[in-house]
Amino acid sequence: MNLLAFNLPLVVLLPFVGAAFAAWASRLNRLGAAYTSGLVTLLSLALLMPSVPLPFHDQTLIQTWDWVPDLGLYFSFRLDGLALLFALLILVIGLLVIFYARYYLSAKDCMGRFFAYLLMFMGSMLGIVLSENVIQLVIFWELTSITSFLLISYWQHRKEARQGARMALAITGAGGLALLGGMILLGEMVGSYQLTHILAAGDLIRAHDWYLPALILILLGVFTKSAQFPFHFWLPHAMAAPTPVSAYLHSATMVKAGIFILARFFPALSGTIEWTLLVGGAGLITLLIGAYTALFKHDLKGLLAYSTISHLGLITLLFGFGTQLAAVAAIFHIINHATFKASLFMVAGIVDHETGTRDMRRLGGLIHYMPHTATLAMVAAAAMAGVPLLNGFLSKEMLFDQAVIASSISHWALLLPVLVTIAGLLSVAYSVRFIMDTFFGQPKSDLLHTPHEPPRFMKIPVDILVVVCLAVGILPALTVSPILETAVAGTLQAEVPDFSLAIWHGFNAPLMMSIAALIGGVALFLKRDTLFQLYQRHEHVDAKRYFQASLQGILNLAQTVTQRFDKGSLQHASAWVIAVSLAAGIVGFAGFNGSLLGETPVQSVDTLTVIVGLLGALAALMTAIWHRKRFVSLVVIGVVGLVIAIGFVKFSAPDLALTQLSVEVVTIVLLLLALYFLPQASPKEINRVRLWRDALLAGVSGIGATLLTLSVLTRDFDSISTYFLENSVPGGGGTNVVNVILVDFRGFDTLGEIVVLALAGLGIYSLLQGMTLPAPKNDLRGRLWNPDKHPLILQTLTRLLLPLMLMVAVFVFLRGHNLPGGGFIAGLIASVALIVQYLANGIDWTRTRLQIDMHWAIGLGLLIAIATGLVMMAMGYPFLTSAFRHMHWPVVGEFELASAIAFDLGVFLVVVGATVLSLVQLGRLSHSSHAGSTWKS
Amino acid sequence: MTDWPSLPFLALLVPLLGGTLILLAKPFGLRLQRILGLLLTLGLLFVSVDLLEVAFEQGHRVYTLGNWAAPYGIVLVLDALSAMMVSLTTVLALAALWYAIASGIDRQGAHFHVLFQIQLFGLNGAFLTGDVFNLFVFFEVLLLASYGLLLHGGGRLRTRGGLHYVVINLIGSTLFLFAVGALYGLLGTLNMADMAQAVADLPTSDLAPVAAAGLLLLVVFAIKAAFFPLYLWLPGAYAETSAPVAALFAIMTKVGLYAIIRVHGTVFGPEAGELAFYHQPFVLTAGLIGLGMAALGVMAAKGLRNQVAYLVLASVATLLIGVGLNTPQALGATLYYLIHSTLVAAALFLLADLIAKGRGSYADRFESAPAMPQAVLLGGFFLFGAIAMTGMPPLSGFMGKVFILDAALAHDWSAWVLGMILVSSLLMIVAMARSGSLLFYNTLDGASNGEALNRPGLVSVLGLFLISVGMVVFAGPILGMTEAIAERAYDVGPYVDQVLNTPTQDAQWLKGGH
Repeated sequence: MNLLAFNLPLVVLLPFVGAAFAAWASRLNRLGAAYTSGLVTLLSLALLMPSVPLPFHDQTLIQTWDWVPDLGLYFSFRLDGLALLFALLILVIGLLVIFYARYYLSAKDCMGRFFAYLLMFMGSMLGIVLSENVIQLVIFWELTSITSFLLISYWQHRKEARQGARMALAITGAGGLALLGGMILLGEMVGSYQLTHILAAGDLIRAHDWYLPALILILLGVFTKSAQFPFHFWLPHAMAAPTPVSAYLHSATMVKAGIFILARFFPALSGTIEWTLLVGGAGLITLLIGAYTALFKHDLKGLLAYSTISHLGLITLLFGFGTQLAAVAAIFHIINHATFKASLFMVAGIVDHETGTRDMRRLGGLIHYMPHTATLAMVAAAAMAGVPLLNGFLSKEMLFDQAVIASSISHWALLLPVLVTIAGLLSVAYSVRFIMDTFFGQPKSDLLHTPHEPPRFMKIPVDILVVVCLAVGILPALTVSPILETAVAGTLQAEVPDFSLAIWHGFNAPLMMSIAALIGGVALFLKRDTLFQLYQRHEHVDAKRYFQASLQGILNLAQTVTQRFDKGSLQHASAWVIAVSLAAGIVGFAGFNGSLLGETPVQSVDTLTVIVGLLGALAALMTAIWHRKRFVSLVVIGVVGLVIAIGFVKFSAPDLALTQLSVEVVTIVLLLLALYFLPQASPKEINRVRLWRDALLAGVSGIGATLLTLSVLTRDFDSISTYFLENSVPGGGGTNVVNVILVDFRGFDTLGEIVVLALAGLGIYSLLQGMTLPAPKNDLRGRLWNPDKHPLILQTLTRLLLPLMLMVAVFVFLRGHNLPGGGFIAGLIASVALIVQYLANGIDWTRTRLQIDMHWAIGLGLLIAIATGLVMMAMGYPFLTSAFRHMHWPVVGEFELASAIAFDLGVFLVVVGATVLSLVQLGRLSHSSHAGSTWKS
Repeated sequence: MTDWPSLPFLALLVPLLGGTLILLAKPFGLRLQRILGLLLTLGLLFVSVDLLEVAFEQGHRVYTLGNWAAPYGIVLVLDALSAMMVSLTTVLALAALWYAIASGIDRQGAHFHVLFQIQLFGLNGAFLTGDVFNLFVFFEVLLLASYGLLLHGGGRLRTRGGLHYVVINLIGSTLFLFAVGALYGLLGTLNMADMAQAVADLPTSDLAPVAAAGLLLLVVFAIKAAFFPLYLWLPGAYAETSAPVAALFAIMTKVGLYAIIRVHGTVFGPEAGELAFYHQPFVLTAGLIGLGMAALGVMAAKGLRNQVAYLVLASVATLLIGVGLNTPQALGATLYYLIHSTLVAAALFLLADLIAKGRGSYADRFESAPAMPQAVLLGGFFLFGAIAMTGMPPLSGFMGKVFILDAALAHDWSAWVLGMILVSSLLMIVAMARSGSLLFYNTLDGASNGEALNRPGLVSVLGLFLISVGMVVFAGPILGMTEAIAERAYDVGPYVDQVLNTPTQDAQWLKGGH
């Protein structure tokens, strides 16, 4: 088994698995999480080890598995020089931070959560640097945003932690989305999401139309993550995180992810004027703003945060130069910055830990209490300032050198050496301040406790980092040179240019600039009091305020828009639906060929039809006009229904007319029952605008519906209906085509419709179950209801009528297949017969005599209808296949027995059950409407 | 695999017969109804698996109801797309039903299990039918069943949300009749395959009314699918109803979307001449605007359930964009995203209920409350759901968005699509970070008066989330599947041929005789 075939994904995934273990281990032992994390990190490191030699031999290790190959997504990992450098930084500094955090966190803090988050972060970071597939890279990129959100908000009870975390997530999350967009464009340009292909396609990419949008999107990702101007402001607020997190994420690793992208895509994207302007410009501004602001921060971590921003700007600027040597310098500074800045953060944490404050105005003279820590801090700060014999000096010289070279490009570029020297000068000044104000001067007495050295082991990580600063600074060729060369080779994907890591290059421009920066910086520090006063006199841009104001702005916009649109008003919502429907009709007609009306001439109409039609229209209009008097409008709407029924009769559809009539009756009864509980008059609509809007919508809808109908009716009608006419008797065994369609040709529709009816009944039942509503005791004019609830004549008459009505129902049912009628109409007639009993005699009287639970009628009806279909299925035919036989019985004579009649019986039962169930349920809603009495009789 | 001729119909028969039996079992108590409900849904799961296998192996399968051939009778058409929708519905239903039973919500009113099964009948019917009027019938079944379920448990706000839902949808039903009536009058048929042929042969003089009727039909589906600006019924109804119902309703918007893909994609498909895919620009536009509006709604939400409702709208809008891009590749990506968004939205509704119950009187409002019981566990779940729903890596939402973005690059409007999807994602991430921070971090001291965590209920959420993880790990094969489905959906020819050429059985001996 060859480890080199699959070790990279293990290196990345192990920390994620380890996170679960760490969380679990912390339950067993307070420090269990720390030890587990350390172990996991070591294990990851060990897994990486076998492949470490490869990049040194100019080999790139790629391990790929299919993921979504159709789209070019692979689960794919890559180890070259650049990836190796970053992976080592992440793992080694991670190990030191874990070690440090074990001492840093107090007993109150939940260790398991902290280390689990930290490990997940480590895995995500490793994923970024080891990805070969750029979409996979984005996935890990966003994971660092999420895990850093969790880490910054680790002390969740602190407001600034929550806010800082959300700000970081918003900014870096936005960058991540932009990066995703950029990567997708990049992949489309190259035709592959694999880095190998992208890095080899630099010329194609730079010449592509999408180069600039892709570059901007990718740089948005870079600048947000690496805190470049104008997105730098989130980083200082992320300092609300525990100090180990700041040391790890916000100086050594996560903020370098953006820089990593610059390095990674250097061969593919750099070398254009756009690149130089955007990257170099952002880097230069960030370098200066960061260094300037750092000088005025009183909080140790605040100073370090802005210093970090400034150094990130420095690295970005170097990449912006776009030359190979500048890239060398950039990579070198990445290593150097990680070492000295991580150690300085740890020192800040130690100071905070031991004194209870990080405010330099309250600190001083700590060298007397913690000489060891002070020494470490001084060396690291000297490296940050760029003092010779330390690593920071070397990379800063390279920057100065590059700036001098770049200054020859144009007049404006002449400013470059001046500006970077100023930045260097500022950096010296704040480094000196960090040391002097913390460790020298008079010890302050108002500290919480007397400071002393931290536990020995807490300092070990700092020791190691500081030794590295020294070793690299003094013996660069022996220490850092091999890994730097390898990393540069990985970055450039080309031969490494000649560069010299010597400490002494003779008296040249960069050395002069260094000396100027050192002297100027110390001078600036000495004048600091005057400077602070000057600084305080001016208003300063508080980016957090702007950020929150714009966020609040978006929030307000969101709320305004949402409340304006989603008003929770039914009228508003319905108006939109109707308006959109109108628009749809108009757009359809306007957008395509064809006249509104067809060729078929409109038939002439007789006077009677016109009168009846107008009556219907008038009734519809009056319903709307009288809608506030609900009872009246209900009566008028009955006229509309009646006119429709007459219309059906006129156009030879007696079945439909019968159905319409009986539906009309049942619906009116239902509405009457419902009206009983509703206010008897509707409130007047006072909003004139809305009134006219609605009138307009209604009017135009009416016209639209008429035109659509006319448009259809004036065209030739050639449909499948002839088939139904021809096959009704031979195929369906019935001469009433409407009924045969209902129970045979389209019996399945009818099955669906009776399910709907059943649902309506059950729905009304379950909605009103257990509900009682107070009903009005009098009508609109204040008259009491008639005390005679069940008039005797009505009672007698209905009891007499019952058998007669049921007979009619049976008759209509039986003749249905051949003549107008059928289960649906019969069911409605039977329902009316039963309901009349309830109305005339009261619910309880009727129920004692009619002991059928209507649930059963519904269930049984459905079952019969389904079973009719199933019988045929059992015989090997499709569901609902019909069968019929002509029978000849003595006395009865010739008749036809169709399987459809069983189906129709199901329909009948469901109709009766659902109708009676819902009407009775409505009727019994109130037991107290008639003063002093109830519905009981 | 079992395969018999009636297989497509089984997906309808199981819930229909099941619902009827559960209704008749009412006197024997809730326990029996629960067992029946679970068993039936499990049975349906087996049927779905069969459906998927058959659909993929045999292409289209047509079932002629009543033994009447298309276009005269009603046919059910099983293909990969409808099989996928039925399977998705069943998985979702199982999770929702389990939660309803585990939390005892099914006890809060009569007929929950009957309505639930009939709802499944309606859903599966809508997915399988090949007839436009039959689709109308199933829309009615769905409407009534869903209205009953929406109101289940009662309450003022719930009834109000339900009323808005039913009224708007009734307007939609009326419009459906107008549209279908007009189309029948113009094309002379109701079978989708037959309509597709009629549209392909349409004389130029008839283009306009057919286009108008087609767009009216689009409005009907758009109401169901919650297009901008027709989605106003959704936030209130979904946020106020009981959790398992809201979870099941995650599929309801997809019915509208499916209907567009199926009906418009067939009738106004590649063969439709001038009318070929003429509806797609509207779909895409509605998606783009809707996504922006929904993202703002997510930000503006004052309670978690309302926020999830708007997240559903955002996911629907994303789907519309995917459909509107109008390529098989985009549709494949969309179907992947559809599976993801349906399941994750459902999980979030259930989770919101657990959170609201844990917070007691503070319910799901975004204000500081004492920490809920099991806050760390629920917080972890919330984080997971938020990541999945907002489309952050590494969960299925991210994959789906990447697939859609990748497919969008070929479209003329790619800059708009890219911009809108990315910006709205950001707004939703910011909003979810804010609500998570409020619910879990910014807590008051003291003990919560909420209920203890309902662990059996959490199983449903866990199951749905695990599917999201599975969709990432097996993204390749799943996308391969949805792309194959999309390819077939665009290839209308075989669908039309199969529907119109499926013969009926000889049943002469059943008809007549003495």
